[in-house]
Amino acid sequence: MSFWRSNEHSYSGLAKLLHWLSALTVVGLFFLGLWMVDLTYYDEWYRTAPDLHRSIGLALAMTTILRILYRLTVSYPGPLASHPRLVVLASKVMHVAIYCLLLVMFVSGYLITTAKGDPIGFFGLFEIPSVVSGIDNLEDKAGDVHEVAAFTLIGLAVLHALAALKHHLFDRDDTLRRMITRGKL
Amino acid sequence: MKKLIASVVAASVLGMAAQVQAADYVVDKKGAHAFVQFRVKHLGYSWLYGRFNDFDGEFTFDEKDPSKNKISVTVNTESLDSNHAERDKHLRSNDFLNTKKFPKATFVSTAYTATGDKTADLTGNLTLHGVTKPITIAVEHIGAGKDPWGGERAGFEGRATIKPADFGIPMVEKLGPASEEVELFLTVEGVKKK
Repeated sequence: MSFWRSNEHSYSGLAKLLHWLSALTVVGLFFLGLWMVDLTYYDEWYRTAPDLHRSIGLALAMTTILRILYRLTVSYPGPLASHPRLVVLASKVMHVAIYCLLLVMFVSGYLITTAKGDPIGFFGLFEIPSVVSGIDNLEDKAGDVHEVAAFTLIGLAVLHALAALKHHLFDRDDTLRRMITRGKL
Repeated sequence: MKKLIASVVAASVLGMAAQVQAADYVVDKKGAHAFVQFRVKHLGYSWLYGRFNDFDGEFTFDEKDPSKNKISVTVNTESLDSNHAERDKHLRSNDFLNTKKFPKATFVSTAYTATGDKTADLTGNLTLHGVTKPITIAVEHIGAGKDPWGGERAGFEGRATIKPADFGIPMVEKLGPASEEVELFLTVEGVKKK
């Protein structure tokens, strides 16, 4: 296994790292988001939790953009030869849908904060300015999209994980293994 | 026949006279000479100001008999603006105004009782968050007369203090005891209907 280049038996080290880091971050952001919107005004996390959510979200957004560029420019393992065409198509659709939903989450989340011209902060280190404002109730519309897309993304991620487990436990093929181990050489 | 004509003329003259005294005005929303604003204490340390950008209203202004004065205002609650997107989103949510379920707030006056030369108590029904309760607005008549563009205008400012809890909005639970009351400022300039 190479850190930079995938082969047919295994994803590259970088691809694995990005995949599992993203998975962890997406789930973490989901529960952080659910938790923070119900905090009371006097809770000590009332301000810090959304700050963290925004900052981690921005970090994931930047990472995901690089990840997509990496995915599009560096060769990656194609589908396993044993996979029927329908499975190949379904997994392709699922992967594209998850990437698209991630992008929807980033844009909608950014718009909630910046809808009235305020910038969005990154761990207090720097701010990204607002680029879209002056649309009535943009923060509400973006908020609705963010919520629906979040639940959809988590739903798809669960399906994605179940499909991987199905390949591993029932089909007994390398689908999951090549995202975890070094794979066969 | 002459009698009939005479009485028709008399009736219309009387009608016109009545119109001259009590005139109807449309709140000048287009020219933005009207404001629906509020303020609420933040933590008990400062005042937070906000406003509603979209509303409509009409009032009747009778210079001779102020007891005939009346007003009705409809506010689009989704137009809440406190100059902070995330706070606006929160205030519109079902924690507070629940603007998706209750997109309109209305005030319809029931009585105008003069308390001074230019001041009055305006009572009426406020419908907010789906709950209708009587409130009293302390009104000041600012001025009235011809405008420079061929119309006639009249303006008032009203202030009222409400407890949102009366309307089912749990301010104290959500924001603390200092935020129990909200002050409302209704500033209207009306253009006389022709």
